[in-house]
Amino acid sequence: MRVIEAKTITDIVKQMCIKAAHNLPADILLAIKKTQKQEKGLAKQITTLMLDNAKIAKKELYPLCQDTGTTVLFVEIGNEIFVKGNLTKAINEGVKKGYTEGYLRKSIVKDPLFKRKNTQDNTPAVIHYSFKNGNKIKISLLLKGAGSENKSVLKMFAPSATLKDIKDFVLDSVKNAGASACPPFVIGIGIGGNFENCAELSKKALLRKIGSANKNKDYNSLEKDLLKEINKTKIGPQGLGGNISALGIFIEEAPCHTASLPVAINISCHSSRHITEVL
Amino acid sequence: MNLKTPLTLEKIKNIKAGTQIFLSGTIFSMRDKAHKKMVEENFFPLNLKDQTIFYMGPSPTRPGHKSGSCGPTTSARMDKWTPTFVKKTGIICIIGKGERSQQVKEAMKGKILYLIAFGGLGALYAKCVKKSEVVLFKELGCEAVYKLEVENMPLIVAQDIKGENIL
Repeated sequence: MRVIEAKTITDIVKQMCIKAAHNLPADILLAIKKTQKQEKGLAKQITTLMLDNAKIAKKELYPLCQDTGTTVLFVEIGNEIFVKGNLTKAINEGVKKGYTEGYLRKSIVKDPLFKRKNTQDNTPAVIHYSFKNGNKIKISLLLKGAGSENKSVLKMFAPSATLKDIKDFVLDSVKNAGASACPPFVIGIGIGGNFENCAELSKKALLRKIGSANKNKDYNSLEKDLLKEINKTKIGPQGLGGNISALGIFIEEAPCHTASLPVAINISCHSSRHITEVL
Repeated sequence: MNLKTPLTLEKIKNIKAGTQIFLSGTIFSMRDKAHKKMVEENFFPLNLKDQTIFYMGPSPTRPGHKSGSCGPTTSARMDKWTPTFVKKTGIICIIGKGERSQQVKEAMKGKILYLIAFGGLGALYAKCVKKSEVVLFKELGCEAVYKLEVENMPLIVAQDIKGENIL
């Protein structure tokens, strides 16, 4: 059994928060560079500014976006590793240090409905745990801004729904997200599972690499169709028109009840900030 | 085109929706909580007549920087308060992100130049800030009212004075 100190987790999470806030993932950066080549006029100028923004953020340590988000983590724990200490506490301590020492914006309010008082350290993080074989821990961390998160939706379809119904739901949701969710988007779609599982799948889908394909050919073909359809909307960079409205669209599916067909759409802005580390 | 605050109706009345702007001068940032406090408590201690406001809540300023990251936030969240806010303060220009409600579009007609900044480009906008200070609601942290001196902020006219709107 491998033993890992909780403090190590804290240090890693802190670094991950700071790194994610200032550096776009390589695949996202590449997708924006490609978009810049495919656009003309204003859309091209805007994507050029997006690339400038990424350069300034990385070189001069300004966060890519002032909304450094809710901190969302997917933590996969091997069955041959033991964390000495409280893992959840260690993660939140890392978030607190990352946001404080990294000059990131603290956006979390403790009471959502009445007092809405800021917790001052961006905790608590939203953490999803899962378990696997081996002696490693894999941590994926997303900084999820509210502009795009607020446009995310979940619908419980009846199994009688057609493929067209599902596609229309995705397209309508993306059109509704419009300029305020900062296109071009990365779109995570969960299909199946139950109510909460479906939403989680749509979030997890945002971690996939641009260009990666769902292993099931039916779902992959749906991913391709939807990407084409979404780009046909001409929402474009910042919603001001253009050929590219989404950098990528990823579906994650799961078994579901015979009477259900949940579909969740989690929208990410162009600044799709996430990072993965394996310990 | 280049534009410098303070703005006057005369200066902006012929600027058309879709025009690209590079804005310089003094602007005031404020967002949800500042709007709520001012409008719902009828508390308007700042003279904002003919001023420009920016829907924005910055990240903290790193030592050696003049501002933290400071791109626009979603304008629609302010829709509920905007008609009263415009009437009470006499502001002339709003900078934000995304579409407005029909009611706000009507309320802005003839009075407000609505500009949009590019979302998710907070680092780039931080470099446009030459000076930043909190002037109201310090206790609100990033939701406080900041007075900013900016230079050449890249923006687009989303709705002009005549009410033409590109979104």
